[in-house]
Amino acid sequence: MSEFSELYQEVILDHNRRPRNFRVIEHPDGSAVGHNPLCGDEITVYVDMDGDAVRDVTFQGAGCAISKASASMMTEAIRGKSRDEVIRLFDEFHRMVTDDPSALPDVERMGKLAAFSGVCEFPARVKCASLAWHTLLAAIKDGKGIVTTE
Amino acid sequence: MSLQVLDRQIDGSFDVERIREDFPALAQTVRGRPLVYLDNAATTQKPLHVLDAMRRFYTEDNANIHRGVHSLSQRATDAYECARCVVRRFMNAPDNREIIYVRGTTEAINLVASSYGSIALGPGREVLVTELEHHANIVPWQMACERFGATLRVVPITDEGELRLDTLAGMLSSKTAIVAVGHASNALGTVNPIREICRMAHEAGAAVLVDGAQAAGHLPVDVQSLGCDFYAFSGHKALGPTGIGVLWGRMSLLEQMPPYQGGGDMIRTVSFEKTTYSDVPGKFEAGTPHIAGVIGLGAALEYLMACDRVAMEAHERDLLQYATERLSAINGLTVVGTAPNKIGIVSFVMDAAHPHDIGTIADLQGVAIRTGHHCAMPLMKRLCLPATARASFALYNTRAEVDALADALERVHGLFSGG
Repeated sequence: MSEFSELYQEVILDHNRRPRNFRVIEHPDGSAVGHNPLCGDEITVYVDMDGDAVRDVTFQGAGCAISKASASMMTEAIRGKSRDEVIRLFDEFHRMVTDDPSALPDVERMGKLAAFSGVCEFPARVKCASLAWHTLLAAIKDGKGIVTTE
Repeated sequence: MSLQVLDRQIDGSFDVERIREDFPALAQTVRGRPLVYLDNAATTQKPLHVLDAMRRFYTEDNANIHRGVHSLSQRATDAYECARCVVRRFMNAPDNREIIYVRGTTEAINLVASSYGSIALGPGREVLVTELEHHANIVPWQMACERFGATLRVVPITDEGELRLDTLAGMLSSKTAIVAVGHASNALGTVNPIREICRMAHEAGAAVLVDGAQAAGHLPVDVQSLGCDFYAFSGHKALGPTGIGVLWGRMSLLEQMPPYQGGGDMIRTVSFEKTTYSDVPGKFEAGTPHIAGVIGLGAALEYLMACDRVAMEAHERDLLQYATERLSAINGLTVVGTAPNKIGIVSFVMDAAHPHDIGTIADLQGVAIRTGHHCAMPLMKRLCLPATARASFALYNTRAEVDALADALERVHGLFSGG
């Protein structure tokens, strides 16, 4: 399976099979629905804030492996982070999935999210990888909303 | 017509390897693997015959058509009108003038919905479409119904993807103005019984528009035998260029219909007080058309007609049957759309993998398939699926390519089932 490993790394397949934080938060401080019309991915992200910090973040929905794993790993990566830290992390994540394939991700800062660096070779899949993030930003910024990748 | 195509006609055989040589795009590698192009329902590859005809037009005859007195304009006009005869022969239309050039199937349907809709639709009138339709055969009718105050009704399908003719019979009435139905479904491959539908619709006094986008490159199109009133198709799904298509309509209807767009070429005389329109088809061809596209379309249809159509259909049927067998044998794979009469389209879903992931992993192995809702969101909703993966065949595909697809899908299963 080596030729698929750039995109479909074991960590991504694992989060697709067993998504983490895959549940609803009742009465969340914020939530948003994200939709990718291209492939029909649809997810809802729920956040609970502790002041400026993310206390709990979860998601629900259906989609491809890339979007589901991205949502799952995002929830693990941002817990406890401030709004600004989340936005900075998303900026880096976005740069990583859209940048020149030869650029290496900063594993130290990106942690497990570096697994998504292979996405940049598949422009059609960038929206799958970033859907959860766009939805999260809507949830923590406005407290509610609907976002679409189109 | 090139000698090569004539040769093929004369020897009457259907040699796929020789046909593949006519399609330069097929001879390439993708991600280091030989390209296996199975996205023909989206668009087919183009034979050299088409590319050469278009290049010849631009390098030798390029000029605007109609009213030109110079030689190039005359040659361009002749080629443009000559292609109309080719299209007429291809569809077995009674009259060249019934062939209207449009941008594609979508524009053809919009033309009919807007123009014929303006004389046939109104409050209390109904348009029937089916659950199988492509958005192009839904949305123009929704718009026309809204504009003219008519009602849109939907003919249901079975779980196998066949039209419920019994329900259609009950829905048809004196209120029915138009039945708009696909010749073959782009998402499932189902071939609809057009002749039967036309008979039923005509008994109720309704006109029938057939969306032939998926059929023209694969099935015989004989508008007189089908008995429809309008037939639309796109060049690019039938080996021709993008941006050009055909609307055929019955002369008696076309003559009653108002123009769709105004502009140059569609008029007889213009003054600020009163403009008079050209006769059919000029009335519906405003502005400088896609002349090179028309010439490419003519070349594509010549190519198809020069092929042994019976052998070609048998070949595509064989690919469909073989692909259905091979794919059905893959663990966790379900073929969606199992009507007995299908063109070469296999839509499917897999337990462990989302269609989008299937598409990417197939691409990594050089296999081009389409994934998504196939511009048929109401159909996906009817089937309770967000999307499917779809392999669609054309005359130049081979059993070996079906094997490559099946191998790729085995890999998908292995990867996602954790094996």
